[in-house]
Amino acid sequence: MNITVAAPPARRSRSLPGLRGTGVAGLASAAVIAVATIAAVFGPLLAPYNPDLPNLSLAWVGPVGGHLLGYDFQGRDVLSRLLAGAQSSMLGPLAVVILSMAAGAVLAVVAAWRRGAADAVISSGLDILFAFPGILLAVLATAIFGAGLTAAAIALSIAYMPYVARVLRGVALRERSQPYVAALEVQGSSATTICLRHIIPNMLPIIVAQATIMFGWAMVDLAAISFLGLGVQPPQANWGVMISENQTGILQGYPLPALSAGVCIVAVVIAFNVLGERLFERAQAARR
Amino acid sequence: MSDPLLAIDGLTVRLEVRGARRAVLRDVALTVRAGEALGLVGESGSGKSMTARAIDRLLPRGAEVDGTIRFDGRDVHALSGPDLRRFRSQVAMIFQDPRAHVNPVRRIGDYVTEALRTNLGASPADASRRAADMLAQVGIEGGPRRLRQYPHELSGGMLQRVMIAAALLTEPRLLLADEPTTALDVTTQAEVMAILDELRHEYGLAMLFITHDLELAAAICDRTAVMYAGQIVEIRESGRLHDDPLHPYTAALAAARPDITRAAGRLRAIPGRPLSAFEAPAGECAFAPRCPHVRDACRAGPPPLAELGGGLSRCVRAHELRGKLGEPANA
Repeated sequence: MNITVAAPPARRSRSLPGLRGTGVAGLASAAVIAVATIAAVFGPLLAPYNPDLPNLSLAWVGPVGGHLLGYDFQGRDVLSRLLAGAQSSMLGPLAVVILSMAAGAVLAVVAAWRRGAADAVISSGLDILFAFPGILLAVLATAIFGAGLTAAAIALSIAYMPYVARVLRGVALRERSQPYVAALEVQGSSATTICLRHIIPNMLPIIVAQATIMFGWAMVDLAAISFLGLGVQPPQANWGVMISENQTGILQGYPLPALSAGVCIVAVVIAFNVLGERLFERAQAARR
Repeated sequence: MSDPLLAIDGLTVRLEVRGARRAVLRDVALTVRAGEALGLVGESGSGKSMTARAIDRLLPRGAEVDGTIRFDGRDVHALSGPDLRRFRSQVAMIFQDPRAHVNPVRRIGDYVTEALRTNLGASPADASRRAADMLAQVGIEGGPRRLRQYPHELSGGMLQRVMIAAALLTEPRLLLADEPTTALDVTTQAEVMAILDELRHEYGLAMLFITHDLELAAAICDRTAVMYAGQIVEIRESGRLHDDPLHPYTAALAAARPDITRAAGRLRAIPGRPLSAFEAPAGECAFAPRCPHVRDACRAGPPPLAELGGGLSRCVRAHELRGKLGEPANA
């Protein structure tokens, strides 16, 4: 807990406060994530050409002046589509992470606080949910709600929630057994107050680390769902959709449109995993 | 005599340890009147802290409780929800290790004012002002600045004073002090005890003071109860405890401590080791295996807590031994 104090001032000035102690890989990952986030927010404005305007006479044309990544199967500018597609590609995982973390954290804290029967019910409920793979749930959800990002995101949130809840339950149990929690109980503080003001804030380092890793998983799964045609619907730009649309090009010798979207996904996922891993290690180290 | 503020009667607590139910407290009975300080003295494992935890309903899960604990006439173990929280805000607890019992990532001000703000509905500004005043009373200057500091910026003694301040802020009626000075060094210990004693009198608080230091308890408490193996073996006015003990265990505890006025040779340790309540022999006096005055009568059955000379003693030979307990029995 004293880590922030122990860090020498020289180091503090060189790195961002939230990333202290994550190393070069952590900083590089943060940079990749920052670029992807900027693209997600300002992508449509940054795109040099209209990402949705097809020109079939230019289909599969490689990089030429001004068009750094060439054209896709319908003759649309690939770089522009990558930038425009960042939004749905990043927003989906974000929604999944927020929903699954919120639900998972609540279940974890309730289980850890009540223990006994409540804990047993929640834990076995989670065990049952573990049995459903995320993609299967997503296929089910699209069958019910129709294809689209919303249905896929909700399905993945439900599928991820048990993983989150299981990790956080352990953390919450440890936090709940801290003497200061007993001291608060004795003071007459209500369970809600103790959980919201003390236990959850003290779990935040682990929650942030877990959310970061989860973002990477969600991105891959959502891209896969979009690739299968169940998520984001073409012609809307999305990295998963771009791989799907342009997959024939890989065999025909025009791999750039599909691969560039794949590279974007891989880069962002690796960045999130590395950063999440580092944050998790740092959070664990701080607990000792 | 008016009704006591806290009345414990026949308190027996059993905990589940590896599948077996084991008693940690056996038939504990004591009372604390409003404004009175009662010392609770005993070796490690004698059940002192467990008694305090039972009063504040902090027992581990699966604990089995018999007997009654009444606070202000109400049965503590029948309380729940808002009633329990109201009771707890009237009973403040000071813990042995302040560093573990304060959330390390919140500021001192958040900690000290928490109960005021959330349980008594004070405004943040009002709570901070009262907290700064109270910090001054426990001898911490620069209140507003201290309130912005984090627990790790304060020394152990300082943090214990902060904990006392936090306990007193909600104007409780009973203070449970569980070895509040054990983790501090001796000079700090004296300061903290002086502050605690002074403020207790000023606010007219009742206190249950738990310690393993017989002299300390005798110095600041009106009465002192001595615990052994989960039982109370003697309750006495503190002033007479040392010179006129009513139980061989009390005498042995006092003798095991160096006397500053006499250059003694070896300290007289109590033979054997302290027993937990569940290890103690059931059909005889719990102290019999270690007692220098043991006779056949001691093994006949568990002795009752009997009145003698204004105190209570759980020793069948208390009458005949009275006045001789100060001396070494078989030296």
